Amino acid sequence: MIPLPTNNNVSDKLLKVASWLGSLLILFFFIALITDVIVHGISRIDIDFFLNSPENAGRLGGIAPMLLSTMLLLVLCLIFALPIGIGSAIYLAEYTNSHHWFVKLIRKSLNVLASVPSIVMGLFGYAFFVITLDFGFSILSGALTLSVMVLPLLIRNIEDSLRNISKEFRHNAFALGLSKTTTIFKVLLPMATQGIILATILSIARAMAETAALLYTSGYVTRMPESVFDSGRSLSVHIFDLSMNVPGGEPSAYASTLTLILLLLSINIITQYLSHIFLNRASSL
Amino acid sequence: MTYIQSPHLKAVPEDYKSAPNSTQLPAYIDLQSVSLTIQNKTIFEPLSLPIYKHHINTLIGPSGCGKSSIINCITRLTDYINTAKVHGSLFVNDQNIFEKNTDLIGLRRNVGMIFQKPLPFPMSIRKNFELPLKEHGIKSADERIDKMENALRDVGLWSEVANRLNKSALQLSGGQQQRLCIARVLALQPKALLLDEPCSALDPIATRIIEELIQELKKRYTILIVTHNLSQAKRIADYVAFMWYNDNHGKLVEHNHSNIIFNNPSNPITAAYVQGLTE
Repeated sequence: MIPLPTNNNVSDKLLKVASWLGSLLILFFFIALITDVIVHGISRIDIDFFLNSPENAGRLGGIAPMLLSTMLLLVLCLIFALPIGIGSAIYLAEYTNSHHWFVKLIRKSLNVLASVPSIVMGLFGYAFFVITLDFGFSILSGALTLSVMVLPLLIRNIEDSLRNISKEFRHNAFALGLSKTTTIFKVLLPMATQGIILATILSIARAMAETAALLYTSGYVTRMPESVFDSGRSLSVHIFDLSMNVPGGEPSAYASTLTLILLLLSINIITQYLSHIFLNRASSL
Repeated sequence: MTYIQSPHLKAVPEDYKSAPNSTQLPAYIDLQSVSLTIQNKTIFEPLSLPIYKHHINTLIGPSGCGKSSIINCITRLTDYINTAKVHGSLFVNDQNIFEKNTDLIGLRRNVGMIFQKPLPFPMSIRKNFELPLKEHGIKSADERIDKMENALRDVGLWSEVANRLNKSALQLSGGQQQRLCIARVLALQPKALLLDEPCSALDPIATRIIEELIQELKKRYTILIVTHNLSQAKRIADYVAFMWYNDNHGKLVEHNHSNIIFNNPSNPITAAYVQGLTE
């Protein structure tokens, strides 16, 4: 047998080592962060932590109101953002020519919007939703601000997943006499489901991590919200408050952080799992 | 493909007639001085071409000479290219479909189209039929299932898929997928079938099955096949239209009965092109 030529190229080897080191570094930071949070937070976590209201500014007691506020914020944010996001993405991907100046302008604005610092978004939310529309410091104002924040991300991702569907599918559908509406809703959107779910998960992560924009809009009252017009403190705001304003609040801050990470992970896993079931069912109906 | 300017190109005989023996045949589709431009660039020059009823009409010629574009004109898929403009008149069942008030859904129901790459929708076999049938107003579920079964029997796929109708259509092989796409069109009971290089993505065995199927289907449908596989055209065609390009524009060079095109063409370019077959 003729031996394969061995590769002695030094730069190839250097690149390999460098990329390997880079990945290792990232892994190290990730593990360090998670370990730190678990080690410091796990002792505070028990069932009462999830079921009780905070006491003594959060040093004691639980995080039940924050959990509820966070979930309300998330659900409302998605209720506002998803239909608008999917609708805009359909418009951009299916009804416009990507080289048209107007579409380019919309794209540019979306990119700018996506990179606006969240504190600016918070100020906008405060000025518009809290003051002008008079929703006050409320979960509703917070959720609306969050949906404005995640919309660019949502639209661009969904638009991309629609554009990635081969043109031939559209031609097949039109050649079969399917109308544009049927083609979009029965053929293209189901094919883009994976992309839509990914965009939604990214948006959820962004919204759950958000602190600055919520300080101005949904407020930081720690009591249990009774309606969406009540002020409510999200988990991320709670973490911020505990670590910055409450001496001796660190254990609770760590425990809340751990909860936030677990919550994100479980939403991620559940969504993936549900979408898997949904897609399997859809492809065999 | 590089085109070498041929001195013969302009040497079309003066007395050359397009299809001398076939003028009495009824044409289901009739192109009259049809041309297509995209972004003001001519894709093919004005051409007149009848597509005869219950015959296998084929379009041959090198890649890029506008064969597929002709098919796209007939189903008006050119509507979805922003800068495309069609000229001339194109009659389908004696109706000029270039007119503004053309019922596109009706047109596409009468003229079914099969693409080069079989592309079932990523859903179950059953749903692949239900979606277009529902769109064409067939409300009764039993009727839809009947039509699906008949179409699948027509393409010889029924025995292969009868017990997996609820499975994804993507699990079928390439040849099966192409037959599914043909059946999906047949279920709408069209009058004509346009096939755009239907076998170019298939292996020889699947190709043979599709070719036999097309021979069978011509008894009931008007068939137009685009192919750059000359031996395929020779095997199945009744009438052949040969296209070439002239200054980067597609151009219809000769249209005649298959025997004449392959054995005694009147245009030297046609002769040179079809001889490529025997070399």
